[in-house]
Order: sequence, then C-alpha cells, then structure tokens
Amino acid sequence: MNGDYALQIQAASKVFYNGGKAIPALAPLDLEIARGEFVCLLGTSGCGKSTLLNLIAGLDDPSSGSIYVNGAPLKGPGPDRVMMFQEAALFPWLTVQENVEFGLRQQNVAPQKCSEIAKLWLERVNLQGFEKAYAHQLSGGMRQRVALARSLTIDPAILLMDEPFGALDAMTRDRLHIELENLWLSTGKTILFVTHNVREAVALGDRVLVFSPRPGRVIADYKINLPRPRSLEDLVVINKTAEIMQTLRQAIASSSVSQELEWQL
Amino acid sequence: MATLAKNNLLLRGLKGITTTSNPIKRETLYRRVVFFSLLFVGWELFSHSGVWPDYLFPGPIAIAQSLWSGLKKGLYIYGTWVSMLRLIAGYVISLLIGVPLGALIARNKYFKDTLGALVISLQALPSVCWLPLAILWFGLNERAILFVVVMGSLFSIVLGVESGINNTPPIYVKAARNLGTTGLRLYTRVILPSAFPIILAGLKQGWAFAWRSLMSAELLYFTLSLGNLLQTGRDLNDAAQVMAVMTVIIGIGLAFNQLLFAPFERQIANRWGFSPSK
Repeated sequence: MNGDYALQIQAASKVFYNGGKAIPALAPLDLEIARGEFVCLLGTSGCGKSTLLNLIAGLDDPSSGSIYVNGAPLKGPGPDRVMMFQEAALFPWLTVQENVEFGLRQQNVAPQKCSEIAKLWLERVNLQGFEKAYAHQLSGGMRQRVALARSLTIDPAILLMDEPFGALDAMTRDRLHIELENLWLSTGKTILFVTHNVREAVALGDRVLVFSPRPGRVIADYKINLPRPRSLEDLVVINKTAEIMQTLRQAIASSSVSQELEWQL
Repeated sequence: MATLAKNNLLLRGLKGITTTSNPIKRETLYRRVVFFSLLFVGWELFSHSGVWPDYLFPGPIAIAQSLWSGLKKGLYIYGTWVSMLRLIAGYVISLLIGVPLGALIARNKYFKDTLGALVISLQALPSVCWLPLAILWFGLNERAILFVVVMGSLFSIVLGVESGINNTPPIYVKAARNLGTTGLRLYTRVILPSAFPIILAGLKQGWAFAWRSLMSAELLYFTLSLGNLLQTGRDLNDAAQVMAVMTVIIGIGLAFNQLLFAPFERQIANRWGFSPSK
C-alpha cells in the first residue's frame, strides 16, 4: 500500500446484527486521506460516520474491505490513532493531570517525563492551574480541552474526533475551533472530524465529505481552499456553507430513510 | 487580560470546592446535643416513674454504671476482643473469596448464568439460618461461627463487585483502549477504579451483614463474647448489662463505619463530585 497516505480505506463496510436482522451502517467505502489533512465528515445522525471512525480507531472490525494506516494494514487500536468522543470521557477517579498522563503511563514512560509532557499539553490547551482538579469541577469546554490534551500527549499521527464539541454552547465551540485549528497548524496531525454542523465543517476542514443517510456512503467530497483562520461571518464561508447545505438537503430528500433530521446552521 | 481574570476567578472557585474537609455544622451539632439530652433525660425520668420495674427498664445512668463496671472487670474488653477476631477473620475470608468471585461472575457469561443465580438465591437466606447446619457440620465451635459470618457477608460482596464492574460506563473502556490500555491493565487501571463506588457499597453492606450474623450466632454460644454477654445479662435478669453490651455493639459498629468506610466515601464524593446528602 502507498505509504504517502495517512489513511487508505478500501471497500470497508459495516453491518450490525440485531436479533438476526442485518442493519447496514456503512456501505462499502473507498477513501484516501493525505498526511496532515483536516477532513470533516458531515452527515445526519446514524449515517455511519461514527461507525467509520470506530473502524479506523480499531475499536470495531469492518464487515468487509480493509483499512491501511501509513501503508500498513490496521490491527486493533494503536497509539498512532486516538479518538475523542462527544463526551470528554475523563476518568473521574483521576485528577486532570493524571488523566492527561494516562496514555503515557500505559506506555511505561517514566513518571517524571509523563508529568513534564502532560504539563506542556495542559499549557497548550490553556488549562495551567487546573492540574489537581477533578473532571466534575470543570465546565464542558474545559473537559473537552483536557480530553484533547490527553489525546495529544501520546502524539498520535491521526486524531479521530467524534462530534467532540457537539454538546458545547456556540461561544465555547467557536473558541475551541480556533484552538484546535492552531494546534493542527502547529503539529501537522491528520484530523478526521465528525460533525453534523455544516458551518463547523466548513470553518475547520481542508476537505468536507458529505455522507448520505443510512447506510452511509460519501456523496460529495468538497475541497475547502479558503484562507485560515476562517471567520464564520466571512461571505465566502457562508456561500460555501450554503452550497454544501444544498447538497445535503437533496441527499436527504432523495433518501428513503424517514427519520427526524435536524440541521444546525 | 480578560482571560487571566476569568482564570483567576475559576481558580478561586476551584479552591472553594477542593477544600472539602466537612466539619459538622454548628447548627447540626446544636440540634444533636439538644435532641440527645432530651432523650436521655426523658429516658432517665421514665425509668424512675415506676411504669416498669427499673431492673427491666434501667435509665442511662444505671446503664453507664453497668458499662463501667463491666469494662473495669475486663469482661467487655475481652468479649469485644473475641468478637472482633471472629468478625475480622470472617470478613477477610469473605473478601478473599467474594472479590474474585464477583469479578468472575461479572465478566463470564457461564459463571453469571450459573454461580450468579446461586449467589442471588443464597443472598435471600438470612445468614443465621446457616447456624443449625453449621453446628451439625462443624460442632459448636469457632469454625461454625466463622462459617455463619462468611455466609452473611460473602454474597453482598460478590454482588457489589459484580454490579460495580457491570456498571462501568463503556465509554471509559473505549477511551482507555484507545489510549493503549490492554488486557489485565484494563481491569486494574480502568474497570476497578471506575467500579469502586459501587464495590465499596457492597463491601460496606457485607461488613454490616457480617456484624449482624456474628451477633446472632454468638447469642447461642457459651464462650465469652459480646453476643454471649447479652445472653448472660438476660439469664441474670440484668437489663442494665444487656443494654450496656448493646451500647458497646453500637459503638463498635459506628467506629468501624467512621474509620474503615467513611474516609473512602469522602474520597469518592470528592473525586466524582457526589454531593453529601442534605
């Protein structure tokens, strides 16, 4: 396989079984993602984008097809790919500092070194001074920042983000967008970012992949060549958003799936 | 500048939360002193009222005197020592069997379907019901008592560990696997710490049941112990001794709760952010 790509997906699909009934979640999908690319996966709830992320994370196995990471076939979870969830999923029995160190500790890195690296990342997500706090003492936005730091300490090549800012208020989300963009610019990581928010996708992505409703398949692949940092008030951003919205609406209208679809603008 | 000010504010707020040494509020202390004073004074007066003979219904003063003389003779201290040894031995055996068994039942379908069902059935049996069988099997000796104590506490521990592990939020396991945790470490670093609040509740219940089982069993024994002292009090028509021993039993129960479990409970409340019940 070609090692130039961070990720190559060949005809990967996923079918879930519920009481003997097959539920296709992801139609066979081909996808290539370049190193350092910021890709947003856009689609309705239940369109298979989270399923795809789980497959890439190695937390779930594809029903068919194959996935290559840096040219090598994927085998289970690995520290080269880290996933962030809609909830921060911080461990409540650990302090912020211990949460951020967690991944390094699993790799048997010396405690002194763990502590240094964790401190560094906590500073980069603007959480210095909160090392000894517990998750319940933080706001939603701060928790996601800790989760981000926790993911980045083990220095993954690929960051998989499953609607990580979905539960946050718009102001906090905007701020975290800027912080994430800066981190991405300075670290050059490959990011796959799942969202159902079109503006979020356009504001962040180099590329926006639009998924059809279940079973998920990519129906459009937009390159977003707009200068950064992008402002949500920018006319070009608004126009691009409208264009993608149009594609999505058509996809939903032509899909036989009847489900409640809520689009956030 | 504005962010800095906000951070400072948050930090100050944080300090307010993290310093959770919770001394009893003055108000609560006041209520308690008044309540217990009234209770004891009323009780003392009632015991002298002649409604019931005072050897059957002694007041707090008579009980305190009996307690003091029992302690001075070393009777209560020795009885407490014997009972404590049995309790601790029984509880430790229950822990050694119960914790691994609970973990096994939680993680293995076959054990859950078989042993899990057995544990739930036996949990429904008050442990003192084991005593006749234990005496038939082991005779009227220490082993029979230990057996009853273990039967009393074991199943609560098993069920606590099992439900703690089963209620581990899958997202923690997912997050940990993602960060490179595998195999046994998934248990020691994620599942057990996450399950700890529920496991602790099971351990605490197991302790309470061990204590109750022991007292029931000791009532039937002739060797000196707390339960036996209750029984001798009855035989001597000495209600003051019965109540004095009951006071000792209450005191031990409270002390263990405060020393053994309360510190862990405070730690959990602190970390998880459970607020103390109002």
